[in-house]
Amino acid sequence: MSDVTLDVNGETHTLDVDSSTPLLYVLRNDLGLRGPRFGCGLSQCGACTVLVDGVARRSCTLPVSRVDGEITTLEGLSGDGELHPVQQAWIDDQVPQCGYCQNGQILTAKALLDRNPNPTDEEIRQGMNGVLCRCMTYYRIQAAVRHAADAMAADASGSGPAREEVIR
Amino acid sequence: MSHLSEIPKELADALDTFNGTTSRRDFLKSSGLFVLSFSGTGLLDTPGPDSGEASGAPENGTAAPYPEPDFRLLDSWLVVHEDSTATFYVGKTDGGQGTGTAFRQMMCDELDIAFEKSTLVMGRTDMTVDQGGSGGSDAIERDGWAVRRVAAEARRVLLEMASGRLGVPMDELAVSDGLISIPRDPSRTVTYGELVGGRRFDVMLTGSNVNATTGVASVKPVQDLKIVGQSLPRYDIPGKVDGSLEWAVDVRLPDMVHARNVRPPVAGAKRISIDESSVRDLSGFIRVVSRGNYVAVVCEREEQAIEAASRLEVQWEKPATKSFPSSEDLFDYLRNATPMSPARGRGSRTATREQGNTEQAMAAATTVVEAEYDFPFQGHTAIGPAHGLADPSDGQMTIYTNDMKPYSLRTGVAEFLDMPPEQVRVIWMDGPQLYGRTAADDAGFEAAFLAKEIGRPVRVQWMRHEETAWDTKGPAFAFTLRGGLDDEGNLIALDYRARVADYAHVGYNQPDTVLIAQLMGIRPSRPASGGASAPAEMYAIPNRRQETSVVRFPRAFETPLRTGNLRDPGGPQVTFASESFIDEMAVAANADPVEFRLRLLRASSEEDRVFMRARSIAVVEAAAEAYDWDTRPSGKAVGSDRILTGRGVAYAYRARTAIAEIAEVEVDRETGRVWVKRMVCAHDCGLVINPDGLRSTIQGNLLHGLSRALYEEVQFDTEMVTSVDWRTHPTLRHVDAPETIDIVIVNGDPEPDRPDLPPYGAGEPSHRPVAAAVANAIYDATGVRLRRAPFRAERVLAALEAAGV
Repeated sequence: MSDVTLDVNGETHTLDVDSSTPLLYVLRNDLGLRGPRFGCGLSQCGACTVLVDGVARRSCTLPVSRVDGEITTLEGLSGDGELHPVQQAWIDDQVPQCGYCQNGQILTAKALLDRNPNPTDEEIRQGMNGVLCRCMTYYRIQAAVRHAADAMAADASGSGPAREEVIR
Repeated sequence: MSHLSEIPKELADALDTFNGTTSRRDFLKSSGLFVLSFSGTGLLDTPGPDSGEASGAPENGTAAPYPEPDFRLLDSWLVVHEDSTATFYVGKTDGGQGTGTAFRQMMCDELDIAFEKSTLVMGRTDMTVDQGGSGGSDAIERDGWAVRRVAAEARRVLLEMASGRLGVPMDELAVSDGLISIPRDPSRTVTYGELVGGRRFDVMLTGSNVNATTGVASVKPVQDLKIVGQSLPRYDIPGKVDGSLEWAVDVRLPDMVHARNVRPPVAGAKRISIDESSVRDLSGFIRVVSRGNYVAVVCEREEQAIEAASRLEVQWEKPATKSFPSSEDLFDYLRNATPMSPARGRGSRTATREQGNTEQAMAAATTVVEAEYDFPFQGHTAIGPAHGLADPSDGQMTIYTNDMKPYSLRTGVAEFLDMPPEQVRVIWMDGPQLYGRTAADDAGFEAAFLAKEIGRPVRVQWMRHEETAWDTKGPAFAFTLRGGLDDEGNLIALDYRARVADYAHVGYNQPDTVLIAQLMGIRPSRPASGGASAPAEMYAIPNRRQETSVVRFPRAFETPLRTGNLRDPGGPQVTFASESFIDEMAVAANADPVEFRLRLLRASSEEDRVFMRARSIAVVEAAAEAYDWDTRPSGKAVGSDRILTGRGVAYAYRARTAIAEIAEVEVDRETGRVWVKRMVCAHDCGLVINPDGLRSTIQGNLLHGLSRALYEEVQFDTEMVTSVDWRTHPTLRHVDAPETIDIVIVNGDPEPDRPDLPPYGAGEPSHRPVAAAVANAIYDATGVRLRRAPFRAERVLAALEAAGV
């Protein structure tokens, strides 16, 4: 066991855990977060995704000692009670079914749109391809990413169409 | 930790919505029946609504004995609060198809309160009546009636109370959103909350069983339903999108420990010895627990349990003989084996039957076609592996689980642990998709067993390799079909023979068929085969025979090929064969496949019970119209393009829901990759409660069907499953999703406006025709008939090459 310091959702935590512990278990069991979930432990499915300095990473295989940036989990995506446009699109489009994978879908979409604010449909499919969904909500996810991109562009320009028009 | 004292988010949100600025706790404290106590679970512990007045209820909800809410009491189903809001209690679970939202819609409509003024508790054995949990796509079709009648009865009782209070006959009262008024004297009103808020109804219901529960009141005619039929957003989605919803995987209890299983390396391996010194010095190690061939390691922390389970040295003895054929030899094995017995029938048609004289008609046929189809074992491979948390404190057992059938988990665990059922309760919470997997809640049993052994709350979660190898499997089928056409191209004889590898089907949380029991050497007195589906269509074929028989492998127990219910059990397999074959007969008749099917549907003069034939015709026609179907026989001329395109249709019904689907495919002749670019689904499930929820469910069914048609296959050698993760057991991904999905919600009832239009199930039916529609489209595109699923690229490429395409 050793002291590990993590910046998570804007707060600094110092924890006494084995430095090889995958980040996932520290976030869930020590910090009580529910967003990242165990899916495979192999970096294959994406259910455990977190953002490290804005980049989507698989927390199930990332040792806490190797975390080198600020961590944002699903809980930290919204600020001041305001949902992130990706989360809002997920609600507007009624994306989730069971919802177990949606943490990874939402954070991967957020990172994708930060890199590429106006992706083509093909770029959305490729950019999201590493995150699996066994309820098979892919069709709605892809539409919601597009709607989130449109909403973020409208917000940025300040002169876009009303959000309802974008979504529906 | 802060979340230990929170109300579940979905409940808190709903309460906030209708309670303005009052704090959640204050509201609940003042809400009559609810006495609040917050246990360490983070769950709202309330006495069941039928467990007496609040003041008499136990303050700590963890104390056994646990009540079994009585379905004959109105108070078991529904509580009206002082502010005219209501809480509903239903014994169902929601796998993410919006069942809970639909139940609230139906009950609010009958009770006459706004949707926002309701909350719903689902699947807690001590708080909700035993409606069996989920399964069979029956939540709305069957259980919806009981909850509608109960809510209607509550409304009637409230009107009766108002009549007495206001001194006005009931038929002179009007009710809107919990406010009862006198239209001729608008100044006099009374609210639901004023009449009964916080108090019991003390009204008895009748009914010989829970599904027949009823009061005196009738449900509203369909035309009067206002909330039913609306695409209201699902209440569970916000908490799933912002990370606030507490799931079964999230529950943390004081003093809780973590366990991981250590599985036999091959099917049927016998544990010889365990070297505990291999893990004893690991930090956090508590104990190795084993009985028979069941082995688990318990540690203080989760990652410690994972580490210890991977390092524990166990000596296993492999069985001397092969457990099963390899996945490559599977279908030869099925065809050559001596079957054990005819399969039990499932659904509206028995698995074995004969009508007319099939052999005689076949002998007289102008054209006879014969074909064999193969469908492999497929796993559930849930995105989140099996998990459960069991709390043994105070000599009781509480299990936090995503088990879709919490009631049978309760009785099953009680029997397994030799505990009185009243000492056991099961609390259902959201979890990864169910689809039959969580009807045999292996992890729930394991957690309870380990908790009893350790004496502390134990949380178990399976690892990925364990889940993919050892979860319950949808059975493999081998089919042989023969069909005979007369000289006018009419299908006059059809012979359907199926062999299914489904000898010892895992039941619903049975203490003698869950995996831990099998590994401990417990065996059911008589193995039960799964109920095999038979082709479900309304085709008029004068001479037909169908027979399904069960084949067993040398190893029936302690095997990773144990079969269980997988979404629409048997449906995709059987429909792949039957609807591919109908397409082959259409080709032989040189007929358009839509026209050929419509001709078979229209040829019957039998009585059309529940309009099944009319509704079948309607969905086939609706799908063709939505697709803009080009009428011609399938099997286009193959040109020189790299990408070959085609379209295929398939139709079926399940229970009383009719579905027709059309797939449009692109086949890459250089790689063999099949992309289903467009799907059309025409769907008739009668009354629709929430159209967008229905569309979402159908979309999931279609894509899950594509995954099973294109990718999923359990692979194994003669001793063990070898497909154990997402690389070796691939699934549909984002790039595979169709570009367009068109869903046509049809009501093919010849009397579509009838006031008693029933709802039928929708959770599974549209899953059924997908593989056949895709296979038929691949044939149209390439002229090559794929008779073995899945249509992975390498298999398609080999078939194209063999055919010289």
